[in-house]
Amino acid sequence: MATPLLEVRDLGVRFTTRDGQVTVLDDVSFTLERGERISFVGESGCGKSMTALALMGLLPAMGQVSGGSINFKGEDLATASEARMRQIRGNEISMIFQEPMTSLNPVFTIGRQIAEVLQLHRGLDRRTARARAIDLLEAVRIPNAAARVDDYPHQLSGGQRQRVMIAIALACEPEVLIADEPTTALDVTVQAEIFALLRDLGAKLETAIILITHDMGAVAQMAERMLVMYAGRRVEEGRVADIIKAPAHPYTRGLIACVPHISTDATRRLERLPEIDGIVPPITSFGRDACLFAPRCGRASEVCHGERPAPAGVAGHKAHSVACWHPHEGGA
Amino acid sequence: MAVRAGYALALLLAVVILNFTLIHIAPGDIADTIAGDMGGATEEVMAQIRADYGLDKPFPVQLGIYLGNVVRLDFGYSFFFNTPVTSLIAERLPATLLLVFTAQIFALVIGVVLGVISARRPHGLLSHFVTLLALFGYSAPVFWTGIMLLIGLSLLLPLFPVAGMIDVALIDAPLWRQYLSVAHHLFLPALTLASIFLALYSRLTRASMLEVLGADYIRTARAKGLSERDTVYRHALKNSLGPVVTLAGLQFSAVVSGAVLVETVFSWPGLGTLALQSILARDTPTILGILFFSALVVIVGNLLTDLALRLIDPRIRGGGG
Repeated sequence: MATPLLEVRDLGVRFTTRDGQVTVLDDVSFTLERGERISFVGESGCGKSMTALALMGLLPAMGQVSGGSINFKGEDLATASEARMRQIRGNEISMIFQEPMTSLNPVFTIGRQIAEVLQLHRGLDRRTARARAIDLLEAVRIPNAAARVDDYPHQLSGGQRQRVMIAIALACEPEVLIADEPTTALDVTVQAEIFALLRDLGAKLETAIILITHDMGAVAQMAERMLVMYAGRRVEEGRVADIIKAPAHPYTRGLIACVPHISTDATRRLERLPEIDGIVPPITSFGRDACLFAPRCGRASEVCHGERPAPAGVAGHKAHSVACWHPHEGGA
Repeated sequence: MAVRAGYALALLLAVVILNFTLIHIAPGDIADTIAGDMGGATEEVMAQIRADYGLDKPFPVQLGIYLGNVVRLDFGYSFFFNTPVTSLIAERLPATLLLVFTAQIFALVIGVVLGVISARRPHGLLSHFVTLLALFGYSAPVFWTGIMLLIGLSLLLPLFPVAGMIDVALIDAPLWRQYLSVAHHLFLPALTLASIFLALYSRLTRASMLEVLGADYIRTARAKGLSERDTVYRHALKNSLGPVVTLAGLQFSAVVSGAVLVETVFSWPGLGTLALQSILARDTPTILGILFFSALVVIVGNLLTDLALRLIDPRIRGGGG
């Protein structure tokens, strides 16, 4: 097989705070093929968004990549210059965010905000960029696009604004689209529409999609592979179908157990949903040599508190790996 | 907009009534001044003067007559300058407008630029310098600033003229030479008047800019691959101008009243100088006329502010208004 589109290897990110350096991402590795859809899953603060921002070269001022490489089409983005990153951002790798209500600039028309990326990366003139913006609005299924192109963001609903964000992100037909919880702020029905749109457009443009979410339902709808993250580390990776059927890491198992299933027997009294006890450890302990999930884990033993588990293949599944001293085996 | 114009008219009427009442309550009138100039007068002569100028009528009648005249844009006759008030003001108003608007533009442009610069590096050396400058500009009395600038840039380093509005020698010179001379004379007074407001605007721009730079849509702009300069000056600046323009509108009346002091310091032939002279002479019609036109300038300034805000922010534009 040829080299993957994107290969992230042992990526580490550190924050410099007043109290010294803290590790935010610790040896995160994954690959992404052209047109593939992968999902990053985990609780808030596990480093999903930070991984995405590192890919974009948009880490906050106090953060820096402390190790590893981000190989994108033969180029290491971890060491690329800011000028080079600007050429890539919004062009070859683009991103949409969680808050469609505030992610668009309120003082410019949506048409202008779409046209802007085309003028910037494709060198289109104003008129052509505007015409292309109308096409894009149609592509993201905004009705009456030619009339809406001069609307301001406040004249649109949340779902429509996220569509506009998608139009901006896909304007230059990027190879990678990072969607950071794109539907968390939206109605369930709108969520399904946005996912359908992302899937269709992604397939049409052969854009690989990285979906960041904590919603297992979204993962099942959207992704072929998933990467479970905990405390800045990758704890499990594999095909979505395999992992949902047989999660190997106790944390993954907990995440899946938290999802309510619509009971086939609606009259049955719903049982209390299980939850994962405890909380994500403080960020200052992210770099420790131990399994960071151990304090919350029912299967933890001595070794879990003292040594870091290395990712290992899971028997019976291709490309399914887990970083755990006591993984679950077989079905859930 | 029609509603706003209606409010503006009602406000103007209230201003006229209030001014007239206040001046009436204040002790002394033109009869005192005339009597003073004559070197004293008897009670009968004083009464005669008051009757001549209609000052013996009851207050409501005087007010009614005055309001009737104002509606016909007749502001009466200046007893002191021996000219109709309207022509007195018409002669002086352009100079004041020129000073006030130039000062506002100075203050806004310099203030916004300084504010943006200090917002980009909120803890940098330049940011501290801007803060210091702002504090200084705001706390120094405007007439003192004016005098210091005069001493520095007119006397010690004779770059600018000391007083007046135009070089009298240029009376027959081509128009562009005259314009240039006015600009030359205008620079110091406008800078002096701007110094107070510049401070306010730069501080507010800095605060507003810092807030906007943390907004989600700025992250979007960066994610598009825009340069830092485009992100700051195109996406962030327009969003952070709203509060600054609003403040500039609110400060408009302060700029107009500040102009009175500045005009006096620089002998700028505007309404301010006229106001001082007419107050000293108890020239009631002139004072009232000046107050009327100052109020008008402030009201027009506020309407312009509203207009500017609409241009900046489409959310204000939508629906009625």
